[in-house]
Amino acid sequence: MTYRDLPGLMTRMTGDEKHSASATSTLDLLWVLYDSVMKIDPAAPLDERRDRFLLSKGHGPMAYYAVLAAKRFIPVEMLDTFGAYDSPLGQHPDRLLVPGVEISSGSLGHGLPIAAGVALALRAKGMQGPRVFCLVGDAELEEGSNAEAICLAGRLGLGELTVIVVDNHSSSMGWPGGIARRFELEGWHGSEIDGRDHEQIGAALSARHEAPDVVVAAVESKE
Amino acid sequence: MRDRFVETAAALLEQSAEIAIVLAEISVSQFRNRAEVRRNQERLINVGIREQLLIGVAAGLAKEGLRPIVHTYAPFLVERAFEQVKLDFVHQGLGGVLVSVGASVDAAAAGRTHQAPEDVALISTLPDWTIFVPGHADEAEILLRRAAHMTGPVYMRLSEQTNAEATEITPTGWTLLQRGDPEGPTVIAVGPMLGPVRAALASLDAGASATLIYTTRPMPVDRETLRAAPGSADVVLVEPYLAGTGLAELACTLSNAPRRYLALGFPKEERRHYGTAAEHIAAAGLDAAGIAESLNRFLG
Repeated sequence: MTYRDLPGLMTRMTGDEKHSASATSTLDLLWVLYDSVMKIDPAAPLDERRDRFLLSKGHGPMAYYAVLAAKRFIPVEMLDTFGAYDSPLGQHPDRLLVPGVEISSGSLGHGLPIAAGVALALRAKGMQGPRVFCLVGDAELEEGSNAEAICLAGRLGLGELTVIVVDNHSSSMGWPGGIARRFELEGWHGSEIDGRDHEQIGAALSARHEAPDVVVAAVESKE
Repeated sequence: MRDRFVETAAALLEQSAEIAIVLAEISVSQFRNRAEVRRNQERLINVGIREQLLIGVAAGLAKEGLRPIVHTYAPFLVERAFEQVKLDFVHQGLGGVLVSVGASVDAAAAGRTHQAPEDVALISTLPDWTIFVPGHADEAEILLRRAAHMTGPVYMRLSEQTNAEATEITPTGWTLLQRGDPEGPTVIAVGPMLGPVRAALASLDAGASATLIYTTRPMPVDRETLRAAPGSADVVLVEPYLAGTGLAELACTLSNAPRRYLALGFPKEERRHYGTAAEHIAAAGLDAAGIAESLNRFLG
């Protein structure tokens, strides 16, 4: 499947061709991540050597499920069950129900601390290859647990970790000085890209530095 | 108990590459003074005074197959980071060992912010947790080693209140210490409450007829030991935390016959006193005299 198949896959969940901004803001980032950046085999989603992706911003997961289906982590037919009582696919993903999902998320501010722990675990086990990607929203950064994790990851130089911030300007108080600068002050390597430009996304997410990376991906403002 | 915890956790860190110790400043210097820790520093993680992160990082370690021992003061470990405990461990299907110090009123002079008799009640709302409440440093060592080799979530509550002697810990953590008369009450003492309960029973005429059960693992309840006890319909639960914390599970376990229950522990009230732990324990009726008085009233 290709990127052009994703709208059709999302329609299987929503029943129409319109999707909420929270569902589509992540679409291009997720596609490029799974299509050309991450080293992960859908036939072995728990391989210890895989790259890890943690969706911290768990709401609006239709784009995530669509990409997982396009990449054969889950059967396409599973999308038709979205939101049903017995469906593995809910409005927030559950790692114990959906193959390829690294964390169950929904409540904001949990993914980044867990991702820091995953990076520390890889380091403790002497595994230098796998990378850890974590996607958060710009408003999600308001949760104080993120500030705790940003500080720790920066000071410990967790270069295994890349945080993708989807910036749809939904933080009500904004980020004076810019989001990337907040991370850089704590020792991160920051970059800012167009969250719809696949070339920019691929280049930013493929880069790896000694410091942890934050990629702030701007998309259209929330509806 | 805290010193023994540090000694034992440091030894476990060296003995198993799967063990990680995660701290939030509390006890950091004690751990870093240990040679075992200095030889395995990559698995000793101090996140600073960041308790949400403490639990999140520990869950990340657990997700990758490590067994984290997570440690700080009880109110900050359980209450401040409770959503992280619920979602980062339980909802993710992960296990770890949460070890608190500062049980109930151990930090009496520090006031309300450092007094957390509600910790076990909170943890007990979550499914599949094992709760260890040692009454002696020797018991704490055994239970920590046991917890380290388990796979599920464990909450271990260390206290400065201890019994004079250690009690042998059975596989279930429940021990029938005194087989009483069929007409006598069944008294269940949790962890550090064993000493005052024994003293209370010794002071009462009814004490000799009582069945005494000791547990260092109040949850889950050991159904077999409870149902095999010879006591009457009168059941007394004495806990070193919020009164009645374990009562619902106990009552469900003993629902095979009508019973009367008395639950002793710290009252549910806003705490505004300082002083010493002994003063708080006496005020809650949890010293030997207070327990004896409550037993007398209950048994008539």
